[in-house]
Amino acid sequence: MRAAADLVVLGCSAGGLRALHVLLSGLAANFPLPLAAVCHTGSEDVSLLCELLARSSTLPVQEASERCAPKPGQIYIAPSGYHLLLGVDGRFALSVDARVGYARPSIDVLFQSAAEACRGRLIGVVMTGANSDGAEGLQQIRRRGGVGIVQRPDDAEASAMPSAALELAGADHCLPLEQIAGLLNRLCGVVR
Amino acid sequence: MSRPEVEEVELELFVRALKLRHGYDFGEYARASLRRRVNALVQAQGHGSIGELTARLLRDDALLPVVIAGLSVPVSEMFRDPAVFRRLRDEVLPLLASYPQINIWQAGCAFGQEVYSLAILLEEAGLYDRSQIYATDFSDAAIARAQEGIFPAREARLYSENYLAAGGQHSLADYYHARYELITIDERLKRNVTFANHNLVCDGVFCEAHLILCRNVLIYFTDPLQNHVLELFRDSLVRSGFLCLGTRENIAFARAGRDFRAVDARLRIFQREQQRA
Repeated sequence: MRAAADLVVLGCSAGGLRALHVLLSGLAANFPLPLAAVCHTGSEDVSLLCELLARSSTLPVQEASERCAPKPGQIYIAPSGYHLLLGVDGRFALSVDARVGYARPSIDVLFQSAAEACRGRLIGVVMTGANSDGAEGLQQIRRRGGVGIVQRPDDAEASAMPSAALELAGADHCLPLEQIAGLLNRLCGVVR
Repeated sequence: MSRPEVEEVELELFVRALKLRHGYDFGEYARASLRRRVNALVQAQGHGSIGELTARLLRDDALLPVVIAGLSVPVSEMFRDPAVFRRLRDEVLPLLASYPQINIWQAGCAFGQEVYSLAILLEEAGLYDRSQIYATDFSDAAIARAQEGIFPAREARLYSENYLAAGGQHSLADYYHARYELITIDERLKRNVTFANHNLVCDGVFCEAHLILCRNVLIYFTDPLQNHVLELFRDSLVRSGFLCLGTRENIAFARAGRDFRAVDARLRIFQREQQRA
């Protein structure tokens, strides 16, 4: 496991809003990495989601913008109806290509592109959800030497997604939601 | 410097082969999405690697249209982002009404969903008879599909909701015929549409447009190609002509972006500046 990372990517689906609240409220105010998240909420209005999340987050939360580079200590949410990718130039890219496993944005698309762009220098987190999105992406991240974190299925509001990720990709860390933020802080060398 | 991975090299060789052998230049397509599309082609063609696909592409000319269709992957819907079409209807069409002849360029027409949305908008504004829509794409397969105007019936409900949200005055069903699992766009909507092959990468100005729609096409391009196409749009537009991009597109990194003024920044509707920046 390499501790050095340039980015955290995160995916959640059913129950994801609450999970994101818990996670973001636990990140240190000086958290040094950008964090990009795909959250299937079915909501069109990601700006509202960002506002809601910002209330519990010590870090700024915003929708990921096309062609912009993620900045340290900022939380980015994928826009609704688009796949969010990290380009090889380290900047966000969007696509309206077909849904992947019924999802757009797809967690796998973000994870796979980020794994390639960061050449494994990243941390992937799969949390609660009722499908299997993120499993293949997490596998790619771990294959390239990145760190895989999965919420413990028995702790998740919907266990299918973390279970699928564990089965296909395995994990470097598998732990309850309440402990994920603390782990991210430690992996990045900061304490809250 | 770490060694590039095999697949990165394979992707570059594929792009090079497509250009050298067939004259299609994808060199300035953003790699992350291009790679996904090429990998999807590799799978669909039953190959094990991009390298295998490249080898076949070099010798099998019949594969070319399949590859071109696979690299264009048009996904859209009628009246996608209804707020945009409402804004076009309420703010842009009344201004275009002052021209005796209205030229509209739909660049990257995919399967034609937006072309026919536009035609309906013009029809309901009483402007269609003096409008000409140029619908272009670099994929002949996409153009053929767009020309047919046939869509799955399961999409009709979404299209209808979008149409009404966009301020549609009738029922969308007035504009298509439903048959079995398909809906077919009424022929009369096609009367002022010209479909043509045009590649934004290498083809130039071909009309003087009052409005250009090009939604979610430039998101696949690198900064230099995005800038090049914005220059092409600028040079194709009449003074104060309108440009409508996808609602999440960012033209802040393109020099030619300065030649456009936002009419509605959120909906990405722009107007060509009188003078070049």
